Amino acid sequence: MTIRFRRILPVVVGCTAATTLLVSCGGGSTDEGAQRVVLLAHDSFAVSPEVLAAFTDSTGIEVEIARSGDAGELVAKAVLTSGRPEGDVLWGVDDTSLARTLEAEVFEPYVAVGSDEIPARLRSLAPDGAATPVDEGDVCVNFDIERLTNLGLEPPRGFDDLIDPRYAGLLVVQSPATSSPGLAFLLATIAWRGEGGWADYWRDLRANDVLVVDGWTDAYYSAFSLHGGERPLVVSYGTSPPAEIVFAEPPLPSGAPAPTGIVEATCYRQVEFAGILRGTERRAAAEQLMDFLVSRRFQEDIPLNMFVYPANSSAELPDVFEQYAVRASAPWQLAPELIATERIRWIDEWTVAALR
Amino acid sequence: MAVVPVVVVVVGFVVPVSHLIVRGRPFGALGDVIANPVVREAAWFTVWQASLSTALTLVAGLPVTWAMARHRFPGRSAVRTVVMVPFVLPTVVVAAAVLAVLPQSIGRGVPAILIAHVLFNLAVIVRTVGGVWEQIDDDLFAAAKTLGASPLRTFAEVTLPVLRPAIIAASSIVFLFTFTSYGVVRILGGPNRSTLEVEIYLRAVRLGDLGGASAIAVVQLVAVAGLLFWWSRSQRKAVAPARLAPSTERTAHRGERRLAICIAAAATAFVVVPLAGLVVRSVRVGDRFSLAAWRGLTRAEIRPGIDLGLDPLGSIFVSLRYATAAAALAVIIGTLAALAISRGGRTGAALDTGLMLPLGTSAVTIGFGILLAYGRPPLDFRSSSALVPFVHALVATPFVVRAVLPVLDAVPPGLRDAARTLGASPLRVAREVDLRAASAAIIAGTGFAFAVSLGEFGATSFLSRRGTETLPVAVERLLGRTGDLLQAQGAALATVLLLVTVAVVAAVDRLAPRRTGAW
Repeated sequence: MTIRFRRILPVVVGCTAATTLLVSCGGGSTDEGAQRVVLLAHDSFAVSPEVLAAFTDSTGIEVEIARSGDAGELVAKAVLTSGRPEGDVLWGVDDTSLARTLEAEVFEPYVAVGSDEIPARLRSLAPDGAATPVDEGDVCVNFDIERLTNLGLEPPRGFDDLIDPRYAGLLVVQSPATSSPGLAFLLATIAWRGEGGWADYWRDLRANDVLVVDGWTDAYYSAFSLHGGERPLVVSYGTSPPAEIVFAEPPLPSGAPAPTGIVEATCYRQVEFAGILRGTERRAAAEQLMDFLVSRRFQEDIPLNMFVYPANSSAELPDVFEQYAVRASAPWQLAPELIATERIRWIDEWTVAALR
Repeated sequence: MAVVPVVVVVVGFVVPVSHLIVRGRPFGALGDVIANPVVREAAWFTVWQASLSTALTLVAGLPVTWAMARHRFPGRSAVRTVVMVPFVLPTVVVAAAVLAVLPQSIGRGVPAILIAHVLFNLAVIVRTVGGVWEQIDDDLFAAAKTLGASPLRTFAEVTLPVLRPAIIAASSIVFLFTFTSYGVVRILGGPNRSTLEVEIYLRAVRLGDLGGASAIAVVQLVAVAGLLFWWSRSQRKAVAPARLAPSTERTAHRGERRLAICIAAAATAFVVVPLAGLVVRSVRVGDRFSLAAWRGLTRAEIRPGIDLGLDPLGSIFVSLRYATAAAALAVIIGTLAALAISRGGRTGAALDTGLMLPLGTSAVTIGFGILLAYGRPPLDFRSSSALVPFVHALVATPFVVRAVLPVLDAVPPGLRDAARTLGASPLRVAREVDLRAASAAIIAGTGFAFAVSLGEFGATSFLSRRGTETLPVAVERLLGRTGDLLQAQGAALATVLLLVTVAVVAAVDRLAPRRTGAW
């Protein structure tokens, strides 16, 4: 013990002082500059740079986009941080978790300027600006046409084909515990088979070697055969085929068929919402951003960036959408209140049936 | 002196745990949770993976212990150091290293978890059992041989009985560590394997089922308390082994010596290969060597142009900042506590137990309890940048106490009396006598606290916020994503964490040449 107290005292004092400095710096720096809003979103959020720049030019407000995983993770985090938000505006709560979000008072009510152009059937899901519907789309089983042809298989016609041994080991889905399309697909099977039979259906799917991954990005961009994976069937969106046309590398000749197709009988209708996060210190800027998100300019940018349908009925759809996107004529849907009360039990039962 | 640590224990432990118990509604939600097949499955997996991990660690660890404790060969102390390294590493680094070297087909799942647990806990066996094995008197073996006992019989009837208390002690520690394993299972478990700890996280953070998560936390708390109780009792019953002699130079048959060297080499490879593999993984993208992961550490992209919203480079600075703050806090709380404990009395004894509680309870439980207790008005500290350093300090304080207390206890009481007789105030006595004696130990404790904070993942995963992700949180997020570059970035950050931790622990070892306190 040769080191003396007198020699370590300055070290301890120095450390403490340095720490105080570091900690206080860390806390203050992010709040500087009032003309900046943080938009929390899921991985699939995307916007054309020039559209976002137009907003910044006209308002002087810079938008920082912070993605935090799948929509499921985004909502879970928003609920835990309710009142002490990690950003100012949130994009991407869907109707399967809307009730839970409203119950936790994640949003401050706000009726966006221009929201009268959103159909009443969507607005009525969250009355009085409790949340703002921004887009809708179908979650459906997608298939890789070429791979299925090579395997000598017809596209599956519906849920029943997915448990047919001929389709064994071909499907990849997302966990409903962590993923919003995963939850939508689970709800579709519940709506289809009813309380009495869906768990058995999932046991059959498991026996047919279904692959479960955490989120949509993992499923679509890693496991799906079109993007280098092994499986030609994937839970994705009814609007994924036009995305394959737009992003085709090299570009496809005009009029060429999309490389993927949709199993329409499996589609579940999802509505996505945005809102101002309760506890934001930049309410005025957040309101301006909300107005922008429902404006025609932004809404027309949605289809080719996020590949869902805009909620604003005045927004025009791009040709590729009219041509390739599938909007199920009779999609599955469940009541938000039912989902709110049963969700955790369903996911637990699903975990047992599909994973354990 | 006792006031500050007592307040810390109450604020950081008692209040959060009471929230857990209240939220867990012992007779409502708890019943549901026990009846829930998902939770039962997680509980069962927790128990059997911990049992199997412990058994495997023993099977792998005892030969290594034998080789190290009973033989002298060139490079022995180097091997010893290498085998100790994984134990001081953050769990996410160990998991990342195992992930880096396992082929894709094994990737994640039970084998990976078991390998990581053995890697992490090997040191516990080698150190605890080796300490005794080293000192068994050679005469015992000579006597057994003279009486005609085979080597196997000698081991069963001479060695094993002497080692048994140490083996039981070491196994209990390994079982406890693997029972509460969190970071390793989060990274290596994949979607279909979860322990109780991971289930608490999934329920609270992913599903939003706070009641269910609290109930599981209570179950976990009771289980761990039971384990600790059983362990402390069995420790007390353990009789000191007979016939120990200070280690001397031993002669061994050439064949035996060769075997020992082979085992030591295998153990070294078992540790070095994953750690080296981690570094290699960070410079490999696709099939080629590339520094892309290191060069692009300022941002993480899911796909070109789509940002993950995580600043890998920034997480290094966040971690260093938090660790500095946590170490400073922990050293103040820990030193005050050690002073209070060494003065004896009821407060001292209560503090001794109270400060150990956070160490015994899992960090996950603490993090979740803190989130419940201080996550809603009027006590809402979720967005405070002091929250995570405070929790880290709480977890690290026991290490400071364990480092400082033995030194204070060794100060002859006469010295303090003399100082007092000469007219020194209590404060001056503490400064001139105690702190002076313990200065090296205090520095060592600070270093440990710094290292603990750097690697803390369990509590932080509940409290982490966007923009202030720590290194372990960033590593887990990157490794949780598919995509070669993101995985390589995860490996790169884990490498940084590995190097910083090893540097800190090595520096502590240098500063405090005499090992202070238990570990």
